[in-house]
Amino acid sequence: MEPVLCVLITVLFSASFYLMLSTHIIRVLLGVALLSNGVNLLIFTAGRLLREVPPIIAEGQMVPTMATANPLPQALILTAIVISFSFFAFLLVLGFRAYQALGTDDVNEMRVAEPEREPEPPMGY
Amino acid sequence: MRTVIFRTIAPFLAAIMVLFSIFVLLRGHNEPGGGFIGGLIAASAFAIYGIASGVAPVRRAIYFHPMGIAGFGLFIAAVAGLPSMLKGVPFLTGMWTAIEVFEVKVDLSTPMLFDIGVYFVVVGAITSIALALEEREFD
Amino acid sequence: MGLSEHDLFLLAVLSPFAAAAVAPFVTRVLGHRAGWLLALVPLGIFALIASHIGEVAHGGNTVVAYDWVPSYGIKLSYYLDGLSSLFAMLVSGIGVFIVIYSGGYLKGHRYLGRFLAFMLLFMGSMLGVVLADNLITLFIYWELTSITSFLLIGFDNNREASRRAALQALLVTGAGGLSLLAAFLLISSTTGITEMSVLNASGDILRDSALYLPIFILVLGGAFTKSAQFPMHFWLPNAMEAPTPVSAYLHSATMVKAGVYLLMRMHPSLGGTELWTTVLPIFGGVTLIAGTLLAVRQTDLKLMLAYTTVASLGLLVMLTGTSIDAAITGAVLYLFAHSLFKGGLFMVAGTIDHEAGTRDITRLGGLGRAMPITFFAAALAGLSMSGLPPFIGFIAKEVLYDGTFGATTDNWAVTATAVAGNALMLVIAAAVALKPFTGEKVETPKHAHEGPASLWLGPLTLSLIGLGTALFAHTTGEYLIGPMAAAISGGTAEVELHLIPAHFGAPVVLSMVTVALGIAVFLMLDTARGIVAGVLRAIGWGPDRGFDQVVRLIIRMAIVITRVIQPGRMQTYMLVVFLFTALALFVPLFAYGEMPEWPEWPALSGSNFYEWAIIAIAVLGVGAVLIASTRLNAIVSLGIQGFAVALIFMLFGAPDLSFTQFMVETLSVVILALVMTRLDLGNHGHRPLPAMIRDGTVAVAVGVGLGLLLLSVTQWPFDARLSEFFTANSRAIAHGRNIVNVIIVDFRGLDTLGEIAVVMTTGLAILALIRIRTRKVEQYDGTKREVRIARTYSGERWGGDVS
Repeated sequence: MEPVLCVLITVLFSASFYLMLSTHIIRVLLGVALLSNGVNLLIFTAGRLLREVPPIIAEGQMVPTMATANPLPQALILTAIVISFSFFAFLLVLGFRAYQALGTDDVNEMRVAEPEREPEPPMGY
Repeated sequence: MRTVIFRTIAPFLAAIMVLFSIFVLLRGHNEPGGGFIGGLIAASAFAIYGIASGVAPVRRAIYFHPMGIAGFGLFIAAVAGLPSMLKGVPFLTGMWTAIEVFEVKVDLSTPMLFDIGVYFVVVGAITSIALALEEREFD
Repeated sequence: MGLSEHDLFLLAVLSPFAAAAVAPFVTRVLGHRAGWLLALVPLGIFALIASHIGEVAHGGNTVVAYDWVPSYGIKLSYYLDGLSSLFAMLVSGIGVFIVIYSGGYLKGHRYLGRFLAFMLLFMGSMLGVVLADNLITLFIYWELTSITSFLLIGFDNNREASRRAALQALLVTGAGGLSLLAAFLLISSTTGITEMSVLNASGDILRDSALYLPIFILVLGGAFTKSAQFPMHFWLPNAMEAPTPVSAYLHSATMVKAGVYLLMRMHPSLGGTELWTTVLPIFGGVTLIAGTLLAVRQTDLKLMLAYTTVASLGLLVMLTGTSIDAAITGAVLYLFAHSLFKGGLFMVAGTIDHEAGTRDITRLGGLGRAMPITFFAAALAGLSMSGLPPFIGFIAKEVLYDGTFGATTDNWAVTATAVAGNALMLVIAAAVALKPFTGEKVETPKHAHEGPASLWLGPLTLSLIGLGTALFAHTTGEYLIGPMAAAISGGTAEVELHLIPAHFGAPVVLSMVTVALGIAVFLMLDTARGIVAGVLRAIGWGPDRGFDQVVRLIIRMAIVITRVIQPGRMQTYMLVVFLFTALALFVPLFAYGEMPEWPEWPALSGSNFYEWAIIAIAVLGVGAVLIASTRLNAIVSLGIQGFAVALIFMLFGAPDLSFTQFMVETLSVVILALVMTRLDLGNHGHRPLPAMIRDGTVAVAVGVGLGLLLLSVTQWPFDARLSEFFTANSRAIAHGRNIVNVIIVDFRGLDTLGEIAVVMTTGLAILALIRIRTRKVEQYDGTKREVRIARTYSGERWGGDVS
């Protein structure tokens, strides 16, 4: 199934980047949410796929009796999911606060830090 | 959302979910589960309770500030790494012991303590986020 | 366990830095008298170096080395031989008087403590330059002198002229430092040698190297900028913006000689080639003549002295460039003499400025009666600078003429340049040391009288040393000049110095010519000044003006580049990032032929029906997010897509991931809905078609690039070593059957600790963002805007009612 998942991951990434190129903060946020799923699946697929056998050792055994799914990418992704969720929440609140403070959700109008007509720097010493 | 049925059931639902989250946490070392998942389940429980009955009862119910719980979790996760240093092995090396409680052998270990720390951090941080957003006090 | 001699040496070399750290506090307690106390530091260093003089004179060189970055072969190492010990004694010895002088000169100044700290920092750096053995150590000290020089020149940072001079010095000497670093890296990579002492003992290793030319040019780049050789001389006169103690110490006696020191230090390994004996004398000679002519043009005491310093540095470079042993001995003597008389004269100029209120030579005269001690010191130093007996300057001139013209007449050009330069030097010496003190009394802005002891002690002592070392010429030659000359020429030079010329030869005649020429020019100084000024006006452009043009050009370029790559539009940034990501993905795939093969697509069958179905749902969910017309639709579609991903995890044996993903997707949808319902915005239309095509192309390119990379990865054989380790040891070592959980809490516990710390930090950050309240404040562009500032707690208790 790897090639099919590769296609899904391509779709996830493309959609995510397309959304992130939007001028509206909300669509950028949706893009970020899609991106984390894309990345997680990418790591998951790169560790190869195996159907339905979780990496758990049966009771009374020292090692799994049959081939199991690769535990390493799972461990990486598990923490990544939680972290990306908390970052997503942070971005959400930040975007919302920016909307409240500046009265717009258009990133091109959020120009407090880099104003449109910035004065030239001093030329003296 | 605040229907009578939902508001009546929510506290019990939340209580059962928290209980379940502890079960998931404790069995995590041997079966699917663990601190991250358990923490998320408990955080969802508080979030549901908050949506149903408002934020104030939730804050009363958990008594401590959620970020305080998260800080406590981080603290015990870090403390879990210390016993190994007493024995001269690297920080966070797993240490195991077993005690008899009413003739039942209970395994105690630093990884378990660590996982409980993870659980508290996730519960605290995510609940804090969810409650803060539900509070609507920042409009 | 006592201190070994090496440790003591290291402590001494580092002590100025320690003294710099405490200098502001000492000054707060003692005021201007702090100078006297802090002067003990250089005095101690001087005593330590002087105690090794006998040893060094008989060829006993010391290397002190400590490992610094052993993996790169970088050592903190010092080398004490004839050359470095004389330099170190000059730096620390003159430093004693400069520190005392600074206390008197800046008495009552608000930032005297800071000034003394900078001075001591510089002293430590300069000692490091002359004592360093390791090339990288030398480079670091070299740049430290540039930086401390910047701080000292810009000390009076309220004046634009100071700031400009400081920046100019930093840029010119800093660029030279980088050139030097390049030279050192080339040297160590071609020869494998990182120690100066080893390099100099390795014979022709550099001269025979294929990279001799680039190394030579890069070393000159460092030396010529530091020692202000024409046409990089312009920063030195501008550096006179600094307080006078700085000019006396850095810009005459010590720092500017670092370039000459470097050339002398590298002479055994780099010098003596045809290139060396051609390039150095030409640059040195031009600098000598240009410096003296420009000095004649000036009326400001400090500027006159500054240009003669440029000239003297030119003379030193020229003599070092001849590679004749006797000429080098002359250079060493001249360098020694110059440090003494020039340092003294600068301090005299500062004292005059301090007491009389002006440094303009045309407004000074007849101060001799009011300032007898200063006049005495100035006269001695001036005589030494003029090269008249019985001073060390005279011996220096005799020896250098002997070196260039004594044995052979081939070097007539060098000799003629030296004679002309020395004659003009005599003119300036007379103008600086005699004119302000003699003749009719001229009214000065301040009523002049003798300065305090701290101001005249330095010049007087230095001048007397200039006299003493000449009277005991034999000892001077044996212990100071001889060992240093030997270290430069790379052999053993026996130096016999005599105050009274042993025989009446060419040097004596040349000396007489010099003096006669000098007196002639001095008598028509005003005419000469007019002529030089006229010529300079006719030329109109100089490297100093050029510096301004270059700086302005750099700023203009920076503005243009900033406007292009930093336009303040997020899409531009994102597009650039994505474009380069796409390039980084595709170029290696094509360039290294790593394109994946066309895969075998799994056929749709009963056993994988669910997989196909769920993947299709995920794709549909993503598509729905893209085309959703309302926010609620988009959120729900996002949730569908997320649950589909959770199911994929479930199907491929990752129940832990699946549960986590389910919970997270639920919470995401909940908080998105909570926030979105509060956004008071109409539904926006989609972007215009051209933008859609542009963004779509870029996004699909990066997406496809990542997909191809992944496909290519999955077609490689799988390296399962790590996974196998975890699988095999999960139960055996960590006593857990859930391998994923064991990795998280045990094998990679430290990673997880970091990760939960991140989760906690984002939680805190969100809380902080939410607890900010709005207040109208004035923006810098004049408009009022709501800006949020942190809210203080208003009676809300943890767990209490929020009512």
